[in-house]
Amino acid sequence: MELCDQSVSQLAQMLRKGEVSARQITESVLKRIDEKEQLIHAYITVTRERALEQADLADRRFARGKRVPLLNGIPIAVKDNLCTKGIPTTCGSRILENYIPPYDATAVKRVLNSGAVLIGKTNMDEFAMGSSTETSAFGPTRNPIDPRRVPGGSSGGSAAAVQAGETVLAIGSDTGGSIRQPAAYCGVVGIKPTYGRVSRYGLVSYASSLDQVGAIGRSVEDCALLLNAICGHDRLDSTSADIRKPDFRRFLKKDIKGIRIGLPKEYFIEGLDQGIKNQVYQAVALLEHNGARTVEISLPHTRYAVSAYYLIATAEASSNLARYDGVKYGLRSDQEHADTVYMYEMTRSKGFGLEVKRRIMLGSYVLSAGYYDAYYLKAQKVRALIKEDFDRAFESVDCIITPVSPCPPFELGEKVQEPLQMYLVDIYTVSLNLSGLPGMSVGCGTVDGLPVGLQIIGRPFDEETVLRVGHAYEEISRNAQPGI
Amino acid sequence: MHSREYEPVICFETHVELKTKSKLFCNCAVTHKARPNTQICPVCTGQPGALPVLNKKAVEYAVRAGLALNCAINTRSRFARKNYFYPDLPKGYQISQYELPFCEDGYLEITGDDGRPYTVGIKRIHLEEDAGKLVHSASSFEESEYSLVDYNRSSVPLLEIVTDHERNPLRSVREAKAYLEKLRQVLKYIDISDCVIERGQFRCDVNVSVRPKGSSHFGNRAEIKNMASFKFITDALQYEIQRQVELIESGKEVPQETRLFDETKKITLPMRTKEDAPDYRYFPDPDLVEVELEPGFIESIEKTMPELPDQRVRRVIDAYGISKSDALILTKDRNVINFFETCASTCSNPKKLCNWIIKDLFKLLNDASLTIESSPVAAEDFSRLVNLISRGEITEHMARAILEEMFVTGEGPEAVIERKGLKPIKDAERLEEILGEVVSDNPDIVSQIKAGDTKPLNYLMGQVMKRTGGRADPRTVRKLLAEKIKS
Ligand SMILES: [Zn+2]
Repeated sequence: MELCDQSVSQLAQMLRKGEVSARQITESVLKRIDEKEQLIHAYITVTRERALEQADLADRRFARGKRVPLLNGIPIAVKDNLCTKGIPTTCGSRILENYIPPYDATAVKRVLNSGAVLIGKTNMDEFAMGSSTETSAFGPTRNPIDPRRVPGGSSGGSAAAVQAGETVLAIGSDTGGSIRQPAAYCGVVGIKPTYGRVSRYGLVSYASSLDQVGAIGRSVEDCALLLNAICGHDRLDSTSADIRKPDFRRFLKKDIKGIRIGLPKEYFIEGLDQGIKNQVYQAVALLEHNGARTVEISLPHTRYAVSAYYLIATAEASSNLARYDGVKYGLRSDQEHADTVYMYEMTRSKGFGLEVKRRIMLGSYVLSAGYYDAYYLKAQKVRALIKEDFDRAFESVDCIITPVSPCPPFELGEKVQEPLQMYLVDIYTVSLNLSGLPGMSVGCGTVDGLPVGLQIIGRPFDEETVLRVGHAYEEISRNAQPGI
Repeated sequence: MHSREYEPVICFETHVELKTKSKLFCNCAVTHKARPNTQICPVCTGQPGALPVLNKKAVEYAVRAGLALNCAINTRSRFARKNYFYPDLPKGYQISQYELPFCEDGYLEITGDDGRPYTVGIKRIHLEEDAGKLVHSASSFEESEYSLVDYNRSSVPLLEIVTDHERNPLRSVREAKAYLEKLRQVLKYIDISDCVIERGQFRCDVNVSVRPKGSSHFGNRAEIKNMASFKFITDALQYEIQRQVELIESGKEVPQETRLFDETKKITLPMRTKEDAPDYRYFPDPDLVEVELEPGFIESIEKTMPELPDQRVRRVIDAYGISKSDALILTKDRNVINFFETCASTCSNPKKLCNWIIKDLFKLLNDASLTIESSPVAAEDFSRLVNLISRGEITEHMARAILEEMFVTGEGPEAVIERKGLKPIKDAERLEEILGEVVSDNPDIVSQIKAGDTKPLNYLMGQVMKRTGGRADPRTVRKLLAEKIKS
């Protein structure tokens, strides 16, 4: 096994024993990038020189021998919608192609402070709008498990890079499933923490009330370690929760005896791939076999979730993306402009891709005078009902298990012409963003060689249970005999 | 002549720049002195990913304004986005308030046209952020080859105060002016804004419609923008009311529209019609949480509220026995009444003090284009000067000269008296001598007085004062002069 494929705790141990240097680990990752990036295209920017400098710095920190943070020397990739000071941050869009932020996002600042080595900025659906990483203005990312297929999205670059060994850890963002679904499609682990758990400061907003920064890694433990670094209250984000920050690794190994798992009947219905359904049921059976109890629950407003999600997300997006007007930074159309309005029109027409334009128009419509009550307000009411569904369910269960995606990773181009089909891929993930709950995708086997993701949903700010159940499942399934 | 009488209904939207140290949603300083784009950060320039954090001081100021204007304070309040494109607006939306502003349903008492107190309805007060400032290469945006944006002003806190058009609206240009003056006075009293109109710290848009007097129906209104002074506002209102009345009289309809005031021609011109009015697509700002005001927070602001102008007028009349008209003059500017009260604490004669401020100090300040805050004469010195007059140690005439000197040098009255040798002539012999000179130099006048015509006595008085440099006590001079002539 090469260094770039090792787990964080393994690498951290080797670094501390002096068996490897941070530079060697980073070089291993960069070598893998050289081998695979041509095909996979997980990155928009690879910060090669900077990464090596940071690795050397990490090595000097070890040499000084003081208490060194756990992530010191560990390679990390950051989704290209988190601001990195002095490094282009494009959001996968032409309109920000040349944008270099003057500041670091809080999550970025925190991982860098913990000594992690930034490898580069990963590809994504333009402004995180998409479920396949195909709407990126810089070309799609391919799924390392089957390069004919999409890696999911919008954090497809992050998930693919983790799977391919083009990084060890990755930061992503999740507005409607953008961490969990690509994690599932690429066979890695991805967690969207509770809304407010990780600061959004410096995360380029798509839909402010739904966006959340999270972690992607090759194991639950790796994700827990990354969460430890990026979580915590931030005064720069008014929606950041001022709440106790636990050590997420501490209770990973606590057993799951007696834990109550809810299975929402509305999630195992028509439209769900039979193979995926079987895999999820098998996973649940394994957990039951190891002491968990399962309860059938009902989340009756589930069927309205996708509609409510697209109304709220597009409404917020239409306003959030208004700042890309060619005045201050980013693209400005180079045509002769008769007036500023024409300059806006030309800049935004050239700068935004089809899906982004579609959502801006939808969102503007949703907020328009005369339609606001019927769409935006109604969607907010549905949102409250969905949250109530979960509150009620969590009175009798400790976590909820569902599939992540109704279908396996699809082929590039398969759904591009069918935006509604693409939106339905998010059917199992958007409810968590609407209700702010934490959720994680853990790999649960394959169907026809394609990975399947298991979604574990927790109470607000109870990532610990989510991680614990996920970790337990990893352990159990590794040791389980096939067929149980 | 109009066949019917009309009355206007006037509503103001006033934007007041708050004097907080930092901006509404970031830590950048609020200042008018800095070079362009030096007081900026990712938040107030709308960088991708930057988020707003509310300045608590601005909320405190909003509540203070709400209490001063007798409003109900909403314990739950919310910010909303007002979406529109303009080059000085870095985010493509302004963070403002729509539903649940901080304050609602208040009033401000002014003196109405009938001379009686009139409580002008205040509909709402909300907080919002200012935009940046465009600097054009030519005199207007349209003619400019290029325009530059200065974001120093971007996200500076503004308080928008909106009067009610239904509940006790303003009914005349005079009342409109009285409202603006009173509002500005109150805001300065509660110390939340400097309200310097020239610096754009007190900006008004005005809505006006006319209707037959006594009607409860509202006519179509025009919103007028772009008025840079109280004078322009009254000019614009006068023109616009006249224009609307003429339209109605000639059987035409007043269109609902936004108009611009032309400063040079003193007329209003159409800017956009109701149909072109932008849809701002207001919605709650998801980057900011709802603001919950603790009862304790409002209470503590209530307790520390500075005295308002009306309260202060009543109090200074009671405390110092000055007339209402003098009290109104002194309280017009909070700094003046503060000066007065500082002096009064060490002054034995508040009425004289009042007169000396209103007549003499104001004149000197005016001539030097200074405000009382920058007066070279310190309150303690001024107070001692008035005490010297009250005790008869110097004459009013001398005092005027001393004050002028104090105004130039910033010295205390005693120092000026000492330096200029202005000590009053108490030496009877010396005075006797001067009197003798005056009497012998003016034999004709002396005989006139002896013949019973006392009028020219003043002339002789003047001569004595002149020769003493005003240092003699006039009463003594008059007495001695009368004795001398008689003898
Ligand atoms: Zn700022």
